[in-house]
Amino acid sequence: MPASTIADGLRRVGAGTRRAVTRLGFASRFTFAVLGHSVEGLRRIRLTLREIYFAGALSLVIILVSGLFVGMVLALQGYDILQRYGASESLGVMVALSLLRELGPVVAGLLFASRAGSAITAEIGLMKATDQLSAMEMMAVDPLARVVAPRFWGGVISMPLLAALFSTLGVFGAYLVGVKLIGLDPGAFWGNMQAGVDFREDVVNGIIKSFVFGLIVSLVAVFEGYDAAPTAEGVSSATTRTVVGSSLSILAADFVLTVFMFRGVGV
Amino acid sequence: MTLSPPVRPSASFDRSHTTAVELDNVTFGYDRTRQVLSGITMSIARGQVVAIMGGSGCGKTTILRLIGGQLRPSEGRVIVAGQSVPDLDRDGLYALRREIGMLFQFGALFTDMTVFENIAFPLREHTDLSEEMIRDLVLMKLNAVGLRGAAGLVPSALSGGMARRVALARAIALDPMLALYDEPFAGLDPISLGIVGQLIRKLNDALGITSVIVTHDVYESLKIVDYLYFVSAGRIVAQGTPDEVRASSDPFVRQFVDGEADGPVPFHISAPPLAEEFSVHAG
Repeated sequence: MPASTIADGLRRVGAGTRRAVTRLGFASRFTFAVLGHSVEGLRRIRLTLREIYFAGALSLVIILVSGLFVGMVLALQGYDILQRYGASESLGVMVALSLLRELGPVVAGLLFASRAGSAITAEIGLMKATDQLSAMEMMAVDPLARVVAPRFWGGVISMPLLAALFSTLGVFGAYLVGVKLIGLDPGAFWGNMQAGVDFREDVVNGIIKSFVFGLIVSLVAVFEGYDAAPTAEGVSSATTRTVVGSSLSILAADFVLTVFMFRGVGV
Repeated sequence: MTLSPPVRPSASFDRSHTTAVELDNVTFGYDRTRQVLSGITMSIARGQVVAIMGGSGCGKTTILRLIGGQLRPSEGRVIVAGQSVPDLDRDGLYALRREIGMLFQFGALFTDMTVFENIAFPLREHTDLSEEMIRDLVLMKLNAVGLRGAAGLVPSALSGGMARRVALARAIALDPMLALYDEPFAGLDPISLGIVGQLIRKLNDALGITSVIVTHDVYESLKIVDYLYFVSAGRIVAQGTPDEVRASSDPFVRQFVDGEADGPVPFHISAPPLAEEFSVHAG
């Protein structure tokens, strides 16, 4: 292989690494800046409530419908497996644990990333592309406090609530299929669930997960919007990066959190 | 061309500094290989309407961003109302910006707010005025630009000219000492263009402010400004009053004013010889 080809390759790797490290550095500084402006941002409570409405309330349809169907499918599949071992009465607890520990936070997080995260990125990116953020700066109003912080906290607050609603509708969907459709005993369905679900281990850990996923999605969304190239293509790429980046981060963080939270399962 | 002294100082402009904006040998580049501005020196007296003219990408808007503190010069001094802008900390810069109104190229109106809310925005952010007082002030500003009847509209319902006038009303909402206009005439029909031009001049005189217009619209600018700077490739290549510009024989000024395709600013950008490009050989 000619030396110039090797040198070109090394140069590209070096340039790529430098870009990645620079972006990581900017992302870190951005994170601290957003957290630093959070008090100022939360003082504008009406803006944060507005963002909870846009990120949370407007995501309700997709979250509730998805939760219902995931719960129903989980009940059908779970019943098919559990009855082979004569444990169909455990359907309630299986569905509840699956939803509270994993599916609720993770699927709600993925849906939140694609529904609300992408919208946040596109909105901030377009504000940047149309000079609205610059206009705000020139009016002596910090966009981090006025635009970014309310959206960030709106997402962080919304996510655990959405995950809880997802799990609730999932359990309800499983009840419809397991009890009303298949004919399981409702007492066993609810009783086993109550006995098998631990508030600290399962419910609280699920809430912690959904809070962490909310932080991840919101931070990725506001950063990608703020860092987007101020063009149509730049905003489009940033929106895609938000969905892909936050989805992969959720799955990776879920593994790490699960390792720490449920060490009793043999890890 | 000769450099004329500042003209038409406004009697109603009562701020303490006679020079509203001063750029002294300012150089700016995004990195060492991309020099955007070189040795820019200009002095804008209070009360003046000054145009910075030049072709697209010549560095005009960069000058506005340096004045507003959005960029810092690599070398030289940027002084606004006696304060060195690059040396200001965040609070100092924001305090200065409260004294500056800026109109962006396409208005940069907040699309999630109505026209009324857009103009009320700086008042709400920086004053403790009652809602009643804010309402009156907003309607007065809108009336000044002839759009009091559009207060309830959203920006997407406005024409380009109307959006520019709303942005103008927002820029003067806090009665600034300095107004910066980035391409205020771009993309406007002749009527809107004339309206915006006259509004800039009238508001400047009525409010006693200083206006800096970045534009490439030579005819409209000559009607309303006191002084013009011509920028090409990051340098000031000519300057003067409108009368001096009209009478100028400077090749760059003539090319710009007469809209000639070729001249000091060449039609073709640097490229290999045509014959070489098409492999045409003599004989």
